[in-house]
Amino acid sequence: MHPLIKLVVQRIALGLLLLLAVSVVIFLGVEMLPGDTAQAILGQSATPEALANLRESLGLNQSAATRYFTWLGHAVQGDLGKALTNQQDISHAIGQRLGNTLFLALCAGVIAVPLAIALGLIAARYNGRWPDKLISGVTLATISLPEFVAAYFVIFLLTQVIPILQPVSMVFPGMGFFAKLHAVALPVIVLVMVVLAHMMRMTRAAILNVMQSAYIETAELKGLSPMQVIWRHALPNAVAPIISVVVINLAYLVVGVVVVEVVFSYNALGQYLVDHVAKRDLPVVQAVGIIFAAVYIGLNILADLIGIIANPRLRHPK
Amino acid sequence: MSSELNHLLSLASAGKMSRRDFVGRAGALGVSTAMAGTMLSTAAFAETPVKGGVLRAGVQGGQSTDSLDPALAASDVPFMINSTWGETLVDAGLKGQVEYRVAEEISSNADATEWKFKIRKGVEYHNGATLTAEDVVATLKRHTDEKSQSGALGIVKGIKDMKAEGDMVTLTLNAANADLPFLMADYHLIIQPGGGVDNPAAGIGSGPYKITENEAGVRTAFEKHANYWDANRGFADQVEVLSINDNTARTAAIQAGQIHMMNRVDPKIVEMLAGNADVLIERAAGPGHYVFIMECNKAPYDNNDLRMALKLAVNRQEMVDKILGGMGSRGNDFPINAAYPLFDDSIPQRDYDAAAAAEAYQKSGHDGSPLILQVAPGAFPGAVEAAQLFQASANAAGIPLQVKLEPDDGYWSNVWNVAPFCASYWGGRPVQDQMYSTAYLSTADWNDTKFVDPHFDEVLIAARGELDQTKRKAMYSELALIVRDNGGLICPMFNDWVEGRRKEVGGWIANPAGSLMDGKALSMCWLNA
Repeated sequence: MHPLIKLVVQRIALGLLLLLAVSVVIFLGVEMLPGDTAQAILGQSATPEALANLRESLGLNQSAATRYFTWLGHAVQGDLGKALTNQQDISHAIGQRLGNTLFLALCAGVIAVPLAIALGLIAARYNGRWPDKLISGVTLATISLPEFVAAYFVIFLLTQVIPILQPVSMVFPGMGFFAKLHAVALPVIVLVMVVLAHMMRMTRAAILNVMQSAYIETAELKGLSPMQVIWRHALPNAVAPIISVVVINLAYLVVGVVVVEVVFSYNALGQYLVDHVAKRDLPVVQAVGIIFAAVYIGLNILADLIGIIANPRLRHPK
Repeated sequence: MSSELNHLLSLASAGKMSRRDFVGRAGALGVSTAMAGTMLSTAAFAETPVKGGVLRAGVQGGQSTDSLDPALAASDVPFMINSTWGETLVDAGLKGQVEYRVAEEISSNADATEWKFKIRKGVEYHNGATLTAEDVVATLKRHTDEKSQSGALGIVKGIKDMKAEGDMVTLTLNAANADLPFLMADYHLIIQPGGGVDNPAAGIGSGPYKITENEAGVRTAFEKHANYWDANRGFADQVEVLSINDNTARTAAIQAGQIHMMNRVDPKIVEMLAGNADVLIERAAGPGHYVFIMECNKAPYDNNDLRMALKLAVNRQEMVDKILGGMGSRGNDFPINAAYPLFDDSIPQRDYDAAAAAEAYQKSGHDGSPLILQVAPGAFPGAVEAAQLFQASANAAGIPLQVKLEPDDGYWSNVWNVAPFCASYWGGRPVQDQMYSTAYLSTADWNDTKFVDPHFDEVLIAARGELDQTKRKAMYSELALIVRDNGGLICPMFNDWVEGRRKEVGGWIANPAGSLMDGKALSMCWLNA
């Protein structure tokens, strides 16, 4: 077997094992939270009888181990079950929400990744001069703002001062593609602001690191322009660290944007997860947790592979 | 009517002046507040409703875990959604009366133990079926069943027997209850086809709008129910409830015109919004109140002198000013205010009195160890700040009160009704009996102050069957004084509903019974072009 294929199979198998471990950890985590689903649903209005009735109808009387293995048995067959709180089919609800999550992440990623890399290249090209300082300064400022502050800032600027966008971003089936783009414009702006700096700085650092090498000097001496040197000789050798940071940020755009979702009332997975954690709705928390873990693990495997493919020494191990 | 008053009235009904300003200025012209309110309602009715358009409400209090089952509704978004697609037998009227909806006539026997509801003819569900007396009985029966987990269980529990004959529903009670018609206005008791037994969350009812799309905790879209019976409701072609939990986003959305009305305007920003000509602030003094509760059966709170010391150590006006931004009124340590029928306004108002508090504290003989008040930010908006104000005013009177911060998560299961002294809130109930029966009767499930007084129970139950309103009022007055002077309730403030609407929204009538015109804002308002 080609070593690369063997590596891919190995990584995926390990990833699946990791997912299983994650599901156990999530289950135990929710179990350890004070109060159970029945109490969380009934809240202030809980009476002992109502609690007992609800626990029975939700199957909370069974042992934790029984509940976990029942869930696992169904989950491997693709049946994520129904939400304990409102009996909605989880797969259906998640399908829609996941679509929204990916749409937002994709929109932000499509803008942020090329922009960050381009800015990183420019900053490296003009290292220590004003374009570098300007880019670093601005991106550091945007990453330093907490997300909700940035969100309120753009809401104020683009819905009140210059009213061209809408502060509430919820999307729903039946909306046209451009209507959706218009709806998510504000959260996309905020997310781009948040993820830009990290990727930009890694690009800049990786390029500058490579620029110290002897072969760069050779390239310069043979008369290539600085941008050509960076593009043809420095970037290909700096790609592995850049990719891994890009992937971490993409994963963040999928799994870590709940604050932005809440501020803009964007109906994606993060908000869905938080609502169900608050209600101790274990099947939903499990399902969403597994999806988030799968995204993280999958993207990291991808980053490793791209890093290996980009590096001949790793591609042909001795 | 003076010409100036006429002018003010036209300004107010056109939405160019807020209700509050109108009442204030009319007052300056010698018109009483009640009179001004009536004039304004009449003027609002006098406006010609405009049909058509899409009316949107941005509401806080929705989650993706919400269900359309009316039995389970517990927060503002499901309440608003259900009130738009469904109808109850009656609504709580604006003048302390009931307003007929699905029922068109109510009568009782002489001792208020048997009630007859005549069901309106020709009320049609969204699925085309006709609403029958059998549906009403089946609905009430479903809420009686413990398995339905209905929030109205406490209300329907007192019904011994129910039967349907023709268009008449007869309810026989375990004990006399003169308030029964009011109880039927409870927002859980929406009449559903077949009582909603087969599919409680179907969202099919007889309300002015039918659901076209529903994504829990996000958005619910409705279109006009073509065969709705009442021409005075349902003006817009389509309405939407958007669940927007973030205060800033909701406020920005109404300013930008993305929504036409919103609940829970943060009192802190009311003044800022006053500068916006497009958005009007609407207030209604409701029965909701914020409380600190002491459990009367646990030391040291089993000592009434200590309880009294703490009651006297609250600076109520300061809390109304700082926690509610003035959008509310002082509480008087019993759970009733002027929003209730038969309220006795002659009961003296309790105020901060450091000297009397110190004296009561000395008298209690408490050992001086810290009194721990447990509070979480979610106990009520501003709960932590309110507890800190309480701590400061109590310490100034020499009472060693200490605030202990608890997490929101699990607060209602681990602290409330468990800890001897903590913060909480009540949304209020339509009638006094229901409020007292829910939380102050010795045997009540939610007797969170663990208050036991046989005489109180006796008077409360006797008041239910008392049909002479003067005697009844005196009985409620007695109950109020018992809770105020012996109970475990510290009620520093009643919070107003503070809501926003855009100026193009017509037909708004402040209703203290619930948020957003008691859930009827989308059904009763219209969009002026």
